[in-house]
Amino acid sequence: MTNLASTKLPQVLQAREADILDRWLQEQLAATSLRSDLMNAAQLREQSREFLGLFGQAVGQGADTNIHSPQWRAAREMLAGVSQARGTLGFSPSETAMFVFSLKQPLFRALAEAYAGDAAGLSDAFWGATLVIDGLGLHTTEVYQKSRESVISRQQEEMLELSTPVVKLWDGILALPMIGTLDSARTQVVMESLLQRIVETGAEVAIIDITGVPTVDTLVAQHLLKTITAARLMGADCIISGIRPQIAATIVHLGVDLSAVITKATLADAFALALQRTGMYVARRPTTATGPSSAPARG
Amino acid sequence: MPVLKSESLPIRTQNDIVAVRQATRTWAVQAGFSIVDQTKMVTAASELARNTLQYGRGGEVLMELLEEAGRRGLRLTFEDQGPGIPSLEMALTDGYTTGSGMGLGLSGSRRLVNEFHIESVVGSGTRVVIARWR
Amino acid sequence: MERIPILKMGAFLLVSIQVDMHDRLALTLQDDLTERITQTGAHGVLIDISSLEIVDSFIGRMLANIAAMARILDAHTVLVGMQPAVAITLVELGLSLPGVRTALNVEKGMRLLQQSLRRPGEAAAADADDVAGAAGAESPDARPEV
Repeated sequence: MTNLASTKLPQVLQAREADILDRWLQEQLAATSLRSDLMNAAQLREQSREFLGLFGQAVGQGADTNIHSPQWRAAREMLAGVSQARGTLGFSPSETAMFVFSLKQPLFRALAEAYAGDAAGLSDAFWGATLVIDGLGLHTTEVYQKSRESVISRQQEEMLELSTPVVKLWDGILALPMIGTLDSARTQVVMESLLQRIVETGAEVAIIDITGVPTVDTLVAQHLLKTITAARLMGADCIISGIRPQIAATIVHLGVDLSAVITKATLADAFALALQRTGMYVARRPTTATGPSSAPARG
Repeated sequence: MPVLKSESLPIRTQNDIVAVRQATRTWAVQAGFSIVDQTKMVTAASELARNTLQYGRGGEVLMELLEEAGRRGLRLTFEDQGPGIPSLEMALTDGYTTGSGMGLGLSGSRRLVNEFHIESVVGSGTRVVIARWR
Repeated sequence: MERIPILKMGAFLLVSIQVDMHDRLALTLQDDLTERITQTGAHGVLIDISSLEIVDSFIGRMLANIAAMARILDAHTVLVGMQPAVAITLVELGLSLPGVRTALNVEKGMRLLQQSLRRPGEAAAADADDVAGAAGAESPDARPEV
């Protein structure tokens, strides 16, 4: 860990700040990666001035080359803001990182002038500065990635909720029609929400219908089994319906043991069984005007 | 990776196991875990704390709240100077037990967490490290 | 010494576990329950764990033991109110508590016990037949099907 305070970096930054800023701006404005369509020169100047100021402050406070130390916090936070703001404007993460990396050139020139003739001192100082700038540049990329990840995961959640609703078929009977390929993560999330709904609605039977699922792998089959076992521990039964022949074959082939699981070919059969389980039956309305309706009746 | 805070708790009595569970729950909440993930972590901590007490003859747990690239994590290190586990391979398979029901504890706990490391030297002691990320 | 209270409700015993139990307390509960079953001749035990936020392998085994011992003493046990997170964790741990009947809440658990009361002296056989949580125990389709 290079001790920046023992180099001439702090003095250079303090004495030559305005100079360095000007040269840095020239660098950026001349660069091919400049996005004048997204940010004008005045905004760029302001951003650069602020960062350079915080950079100088941190070095002045005795910061070392570990950018996670507290002295670098203000600079890191400012860069996090820059990364997010630029990301929203449309800058690529590399372009934002270049904002930081481009500081090296003017800084090096200022250091070279201060260390005239002292090659060893210059290389120490510049190495320290490089470590810091590299770290801070990468920090902007990490912030960008993190925010993209959180956008993606939020979108995934929304899609998940839309694509696998838990439906109440009747009092005490829930259905979970699953559509599309099931991956391990999705299955897990969906199953957790099914168990939650079971508690919320007091449903004793949950029908998991996989008519719309083309394939099932071992992990998914295991998740299904775990869900069924968990539901049983809570006091509810699950019925799996809509198993296609291919999936049945896969399940046998994989050696997954479904002998303790109730399965029905169709959702309709599963519903009929569920009604029976909850003590109901469906009766046909007699042809006279009055009489019991054909809605499921208590039996 | 940066440690936001850390604390060491003793595991010498049964009440200590309860204390470890409760502390783990609190820290898991601070790490932003979902209810299910909190429960998994607390349960794993309970299993390992019990092992430390019953098999390891008492020890301690080091709790660490971590943060890396904006994601929080919780790491627990259980350590004892007990007899050590002679056959780790076997102890980590379901169903193995020396009568204290430890088999279920170790292999089961491993499934509840993201990271699991165990070191044990016969006659010297055991250290188990578990971690879970948000 | 602290103990978990056991209430008598007609032919049943009701236990509501609301504290984070240490191992000794759990074992005491096990002993107390089996004693009360014998004392009162109760034919059913309802264990309410809706307040338990964690059930580890020790507590899980204790619950399974209680059910097993109760069965021998000719009493049915129903475990009610397990929280989803707890259920998911128990399954992941590898504990599925076979032979322990379950229900979503105290009300449904009571109904289950009352139904099983119509078949006195058959606690062991009844447990083998019943699927956990099935309220329609009278219907011929009560068996798990494949």
